[in-house]
Amino acid sequence: MTTAKALVKCLEKEGITTIFGYPGAMICPFYDELSRSNVIEHVLVRHEANAGHAASGLARLTGKAAVCVATSGPGALNLITAIATAYMDSIPIVAITGQVSSEQIGKDVFQEADIMGAAEPFVKHSYLVKDAAQLPRIIAEAFYIATTGRPGPVLIDIPVDVQFVEIDFNPENYQDSNTPPDIRGYKPSVAGNKLQIKRVIEAIEQSRKPLICAGGGMFAAKRGKFAFEAMREMAQHADIPVIHTMMGISSFPTDHRLYCGMIGMHGKATANRALNECDLLILLGARVNDRAIPALTKDTPPKIIHVDIDPAEIGKNLNAAIPVVGEICMVLAQILETLPQKKHNEWNAYLNKIKSTVSGNEKTAENNARTDVINPREFYKTLNRLLPRDTVITADVGQNQIWTANHLSLGEGGRFITSGGMGTMGYSVPAAIGAKRSAPEREVIAICGDGSFQMQFMELATAVQHDINIKVIIMKNDRLGMVREVQKLRYDNNQTAVFLDGSPDFIKLAEAYGIQGERLCEPSNIDKALITLLASKQPYVLVVDVDAEERSLL
Amino acid sequence: MKHTLSVLVENNAGVLSRISGLFARRGFNIHSLAVGVTENEAISRITIVAQGDDYTLEQIAKQLNKLVDVIKIRSVKEEELLSRELMLIKVGCAPDKRHELVAIAEISGAKVSDVSAQSVTLELSANAQRLAAFEALLNPYGIREIARTGVIALQKGANSLNT
Ligand SMILES: Cc1ncc(C[n+]2csc(CCOP(=O)(O)OP(=O)(O)O)c2C)c(N)n1
Repeated sequence: MTTAKALVKCLEKEGITTIFGYPGAMICPFYDELSRSNVIEHVLVRHEANAGHAASGLARLTGKAAVCVATSGPGALNLITAIATAYMDSIPIVAITGQVSSEQIGKDVFQEADIMGAAEPFVKHSYLVKDAAQLPRIIAEAFYIATTGRPGPVLIDIPVDVQFVEIDFNPENYQDSNTPPDIRGYKPSVAGNKLQIKRVIEAIEQSRKPLICAGGGMFAAKRGKFAFEAMREMAQHADIPVIHTMMGISSFPTDHRLYCGMIGMHGKATANRALNECDLLILLGARVNDRAIPALTKDTPPKIIHVDIDPAEIGKNLNAAIPVVGEICMVLAQILETLPQKKHNEWNAYLNKIKSTVSGNEKTAENNARTDVINPREFYKTLNRLLPRDTVITADVGQNQIWTANHLSLGEGGRFITSGGMGTMGYSVPAAIGAKRSAPEREVIAICGDGSFQMQFMELATAVQHDINIKVIIMKNDRLGMVREVQKLRYDNNQTAVFLDGSPDFIKLAEAYGIQGERLCEPSNIDKALITLLASKQPYVLVVDVDAEERSLL
Repeated sequence: MKHTLSVLVENNAGVLSRISGLFARRGFNIHSLAVGVTENEAISRITIVAQGDDYTLEQIAKQLNKLVDVIKIRSVKEEELLSRELMLIKVGCAPDKRHELVAIAEISGAKVSDVSAQSVTLELSANAQRLAAFEALLNPYGIREIARTGVIALQKGANSLNT
């Protein structure tokens, strides 16, 4: 069969049922074959970056690799932001791009771009398929590399002529990525070193004020099995309070007695206090980057246990006394085998007291009393009350992201998804589309700003065309709010290039796509508006008017 | 501090760009980098001499290890290091001074590789200190051009990096 057909068959064998993509001449042989697949449905996005983000949303929810496709040159280049976004958050996506014909590579022909070179800093690995016969091996390797170890994006660039080549391939004999391919330079560790696990147990035994800090690694599941249940068992068994980074939101139920909130410059006071006062910090899949670290500045830092699949993260930002390299699910299982049962009544009572008095950063906002705009904190209170427990929320970037991270309270089984590492505006709607595709029965809501909405609203068409019933909440402040805030705090309030005058009426815009929507500006209507949104059986847009001067930390 | 890394990599197109890209991106300083195939032609050995403290060295090794094309890395300790670099050095030289250069070459263990009416080109394979000393000796004669291969190295003794 042709290589293009073999590619479709391999993807089917890898369990792929959805591909997000955008065609063009150099990927046409693949599209031709894809149209004949009864297994895979192609979702036509309206911009290639969103194919990547949608794949990312799907991958994050399933814990499995997801696929996005683009053509050569501009198509592939449009994918780069999404690839880099996935790279920074360690999301397993397989990006397939068409390339100009082999013999023309390097001659600057029409729509040629060195995508391998351009994407090199942002991929876990990449392939240029020169020898058609190697394609099945490359696909299996790509899926294996994307999902194992520290997950990440893998790029496969296929010249158009290669897609036409006939190869000797029987799909029945395809060795899928469940059988680890033998790659000399790629042998990710799986189990934690036994001696280190013993030291972990000893440290927990000796500690009087232990603390777990969960990161995005909690969601880097092996074959769809997530680690957060094991973490909960660990926390409960040894009575250890839990904090998390932004990437770790929704790895632990917010209504749990051991829950202390998010750390970092935009985090909760309880979490940062816990971080500063603990004597043992157990980092689980958290690389603790520059946004999260400032809290950890005292003279006598805690003893640190750092569990991470990526040896390069250990010791990069923090010095760990006990490094454990391994897959989080596996390491937690190892720890649970001999974890002592403990009680830390004093420590937990102390943290709970802070929680109830300071209640995070929640000083009363000045404009609480205004009745013509919505106070985000009040909005989230209602949202938290009405959301089904297993709701998936995608947040964009900016103030809307910080508000959501701080005030959203998801129940057990709920999931929060955002572009944490790259902070890519325009992520929330396509990511929600991807997430909803994999879990049509769950409520999936994208929350964005009026700035970021205008980077992605073309994807409303994708949702309509493919019956992907996502909900969109726009926190409208007529500003690039977070930049405005920076200008206020650091640039003497010289507000420049942050005004979104000229924006369309978002409700009319939604209507143009055949989508219903509502504008919410009276606090007394929050309940009703959210009930309508949740009841909608079709995509829905809710525009929430927010005071332009609202702060990120409420 | 200088460190010597011996790196076995897949002999694929693009490997070098992945490695040099990584060094540039992460701000690691490369002193020299030499590549060549090994006894197995599917595998190349890259010898990298890099500058940095222990933290930097650890990060270099760990980040290199993450590249799928990188098979094995060893940071070779100074005392275990068998390292050589080849230098070609062209010196301006009138015929009446030629014998002086030949004498210098002889005591330095260098070879005379090319002679012309106005120049002599010498060749020396040695470690960094000896190359520097050799260069200093030739300086008064007027060095026209130097080409160096970059350091290649193996570990002393029976141990090898391949498995
Ligand atoms: C693609 C991209 N461009 C620029 C930025 C820089 N940036 C960060 S937050 C922000 C403002 C976002 O405005 P809006 O979407 O309206 O959200 P708000 O902060 O008002 O909630 C900008 C421009 C970014 N993160 N991503």
